[in-house]
Amino acid sequence: MSFGCKCGGELNSKLDALLEQYRGQPSALIQVLHQAQGIYGYLPKKVLQRVAEALNVPLSQVYGVVSFYSFFTIHPKGKHQIGVCKGTACYVRGAGQLLDRIKEELGLKPGETTEDGQFSLEVVRCLGACGLGPVITVDEDVHARVQPERLSGILAAYRQ
Amino acid sequence: MSLVTLTIDGRQVQVPPGTTILAAARQAGVKIPTLCYLEELNVIGACRLCLVQVEGARALVASCVTQAGEGMVVHTSSPEVLKARRLNLELLMSNHPQECLTCLRNTSCELQQLAAELGVGEIRFQGEMSPYEVDDSSPSIIRDPRKCILCRRCVAVCEKVQGVSAIAVQERGFDTVVAPAFLAPLGEVNCVNCGQCSLVCPTAAIHERDETDKVWAALADPEKHVVVQTAPAVRVSIGEMFGLEPGSIVTGKLVAALRRLGFDKVFDTDFTADLTIMEEGSELIHRLQNGGRLPLITSCSPGWIKFIEHFYPNLLPNLSTCKSPQQMFGALAKTYYAQKEGIDPARIFVVSIMPCTAKKYEAGRPEMNSSGYRDVDVVLTTRELGRMLKQAGIDFESLPGEDYDAPLGISTGAGVIFGATGGVMEAALRTAYELVTGATLFSLDFEEVRGLEGVKEASVNLAGMELKVAVAHGLGNARKVLDAVVNREREYHFIEIMCCPGGCIGGGGQPFPVDNEIRARRIAAIYQADRQMPLRKSHENPAVQALYREFLGEPLGHKSHELLHTHYTPRERF
Ligand code: SF4
Ligand code: SF4
Ligand code: SF4
Ligand code: FES
Ligand code: FES
Repeated sequence: MSFGCKCGGELNSKLDALLEQYRGQPSALIQVLHQAQGIYGYLPKKVLQRVAEALNVPLSQVYGVVSFYSFFTIHPKGKHQIGVCKGTACYVRGAGQLLDRIKEELGLKPGETTEDGQFSLEVVRCLGACGLGPVITVDEDVHARVQPERLSGILAAYRQ
Repeated sequence: MSLVTLTIDGRQVQVPPGTTILAAARQAGVKIPTLCYLEELNVIGACRLCLVQVEGARALVASCVTQAGEGMVVHTSSPEVLKARRLNLELLMSNHPQECLTCLRNTSCELQQLAAELGVGEIRFQGEMSPYEVDDSSPSIIRDPRKCILCRRCVAVCEKVQGVSAIAVQERGFDTVVAPAFLAPLGEVNCVNCGQCSLVCPTAAIHERDETDKVWAALADPEKHVVVQTAPAVRVSIGEMFGLEPGSIVTGKLVAALRRLGFDKVFDTDFTADLTIMEEGSELIHRLQNGGRLPLITSCSPGWIKFIEHFYPNLLPNLSTCKSPQQMFGALAKTYYAQKEGIDPARIFVVSIMPCTAKKYEAGRPEMNSSGYRDVDVVLTTRELGRMLKQAGIDFESLPGEDYDAPLGISTGAGVIFGATGGVMEAALRTAYELVTGATLFSLDFEEVRGLEGVKEASVNLAGMELKVAVAHGLGNARKVLDAVVNREREYHFIEIMCCPGGCIGGGGQPFPVDNEIRARRIAAIYQADRQMPLRKSHENPAVQALYREFLGEPLGHKSHELLHTHYTPRERF
C-alpha cells in the first residue's frame, strides 16, 4: 500500500535530517522514534532499520522500545479510526465481544490496520459515556450500546 | 581499602566495599538461590529468588543487587525468607508448562532444581500460558517461549558477550517475550547460531535443535556406512555429563563409547585440523609473499563467519578461504576415504560431534556439498551425544580407552589445541615457522596466545620478518580487534577469531554449566592433551602427508580448492 507516499521524498529527507542530528546517540532513541512517527504517521520497518543503524542501537532493542510503548505503532493509520472503549463499564457490558467480532470480521487487532487501508483499530479508555456502554467511536462519531451483530452495519456506512 | 564487616546467619564476614550480599554470603559458605543472576552480565534483580532479610530494612531485599553494608545483620533462611522465595518461584511456575518428564532439560534445568530445593510441594496457581508458539526456524537454535521465565540471561549474553543482540525483550505485560525484532523467526535474522544463549538459559526456553533421531536411524540402517568425527573440545568436556570433573580428558572413553553406539568408523576432526593448518598456513605464506590481502583471518568458527557476513562484509576478502575442519572432513570422507576403502559415497553417512550449535548451520550451507553429496549429514552437540549415550545405557566412566581409526583419526597435538582460544594460531605458527625458515622449532609453546584474556597479541620472528598476530574469542572481543583494524589503529598479519568465549571448549553446545573457572580447566586439559601427543606439528602428521601424496597433490592445489576451500556471502546487518 502506498500510504503517504505522494510526498515520500520529502518525508525521507526529513528523516535524513533527523537521523543526522542524532547519529551515534543511542540515548536519543525514544525522542527520535517520536519524531520519526511524527514524520510518517507510523513507524515502517525500513524507518526502524535506519534509526537502528544511525543511532547505533541493535534493531531488536529498537523494536523492544517500539512494542513496549503503546503510543508507537508500526502500522499505518487507516482511513477510518475505530476506537473500542475498554473502560470498566464498557468492558462489563461486552467490549471484549466487540473486539472479538472486529477481529473475526476485519481480521483486525488493536494497533493494526486492515489490508485495504480502510480501518484501523485502537482500544481507548473510558469516554465518559459509561451509561451508554459498550461504546465505540468511528472517527468523530460515537456509537452507543453497540451489540456485536450491529457492528457490520455501522462499519459498512463508512466504507465506500 | 577498609573492609566492610557484616553478619550473615550469625557469622561475621569481611568483604571489600561494593560486594553484594550474595557474594558475601558465598564467601561465608552460605548458598543463596539465584535464577536471573549471571555474574557480571545480568544483574537486574528481576526474579527475586535471592531474597534475604536485612535487620532494620522495611522489606526483604534481593541479595544479588544489594551491597553489603557495615554492621548489616542478614538472615538468609528465616521462615519469612523461605516463604517469600517459594511464593516467587510458584508465581514463575504458574504459567510454566508442567512438562519436565518429557523436557530436554529434565535433570539439567535450574527451574526444576530450584523447585526441588525450595520445596515447592504443589502448584497452587494456574496462569494462562504464553501466547507464543515454538520457533523452530533456525537450523541450530529452538525457541520455546512457553518455557521462558523472562530472566533475560540470554539477552545479556547475546548483547554483552557476543555483540549481536539478535534477541531482546519485546512487547509488554502478559505479551512480553524474548524474540528478534518484529518477532521475526530466529532463522531469518542476524543470529549467528552460536548457542551461547542456550548455554545460559536456565530452562528449555532456548535450546539446541535435537537431531539425535537422525543418528539413531542412520545407525540402525544396514545400508549405511556411518562414520563419526569428534571435535577437539569434546574430549575434554563430555565427561562432565557423566559427573566427571571439568577438565577430565576422556578421549579414549569417547572413542569406545562411539563404537558401542555402533558407528562403523570413529574418526577425529583433529585430523582435518592438521590439514587446515597445511592449507591455511600455506595461504598465509602465499599472501605474505605475494602482497595478498592482510590481515588473514581464520575461518574455522561458523558463528564467527556468519557474524562477519552480517556486520563486517567489507572484511570478507580477509577471511581465509579454508573451510572449517568439520567441513574438510565431510568432503574427504565422501571422496578420499570412499575411494580408498571402495565404498559408494552415497552410502556414507557422516556424523559430527561438536561443541557447537553453529556447526549445524554450517553443515547445511549450500556451499558445503563439494563431494557431490551433503558433506556432513548430521551435527550433534556434546550435549546431544551425552543424551544418546545415556539413552543407550552406556556406562561411560567404566569404559576402557580405545584408539581412533586410521587414517582419518590420526592427528597431532597441533590439531587438538584448535579446541582452545589461541590454538589455531599456535598450531599455524608451529608449522609456518618451520615451512618458512626451514629450521626446527624447539620451543613449541606460544604462551602469549593462550589463556582467557579477551584479546591477545603477539609478534613472532619468521626468518627476519616480524609477524604480528592477534587472537580474539567471543564476538564482542572480535569487534574490538576488527574495529582497530578498520580504523587503522592496529596492524596485524594474521588474526584468529573464535566465536565463543574460551574458544570451542566454551561452545554453545557444551555441557552445563560453564563459567570462567570451568573454561580454564578445559583449556588446561587441551594443552595437556597436546603435550601427551608424540607429534605436535601438523605438517608432521603422517596421515596428512599420505593424503597429499595419494590424493590432494599439494596445499592450495587444484583438488584442495575444489574440496577444502569455500567462499562467503555478504548479508544484511539486521
Ligand atoms: S524447562 Fe525445566 S521446569 Fe520447564 S518443563 Fe523443562 S525441565 Fe520442567
Ligand atoms: S545463538 Fe548466539 S547470536 Fe543467536 S540469539 Fe543466541 S546468543 Fe544471540
Ligand atoms: S529464553 Fe531462557 S535465558 Fe532467555 S529470558 Fe527466557 S528463560 Fe531466560
Ligand atoms: S467505560 Fe466506556 S465510556 Fe466509560
Ligand atoms: S537472582 Fe537476584 S533477583 Fe534474580
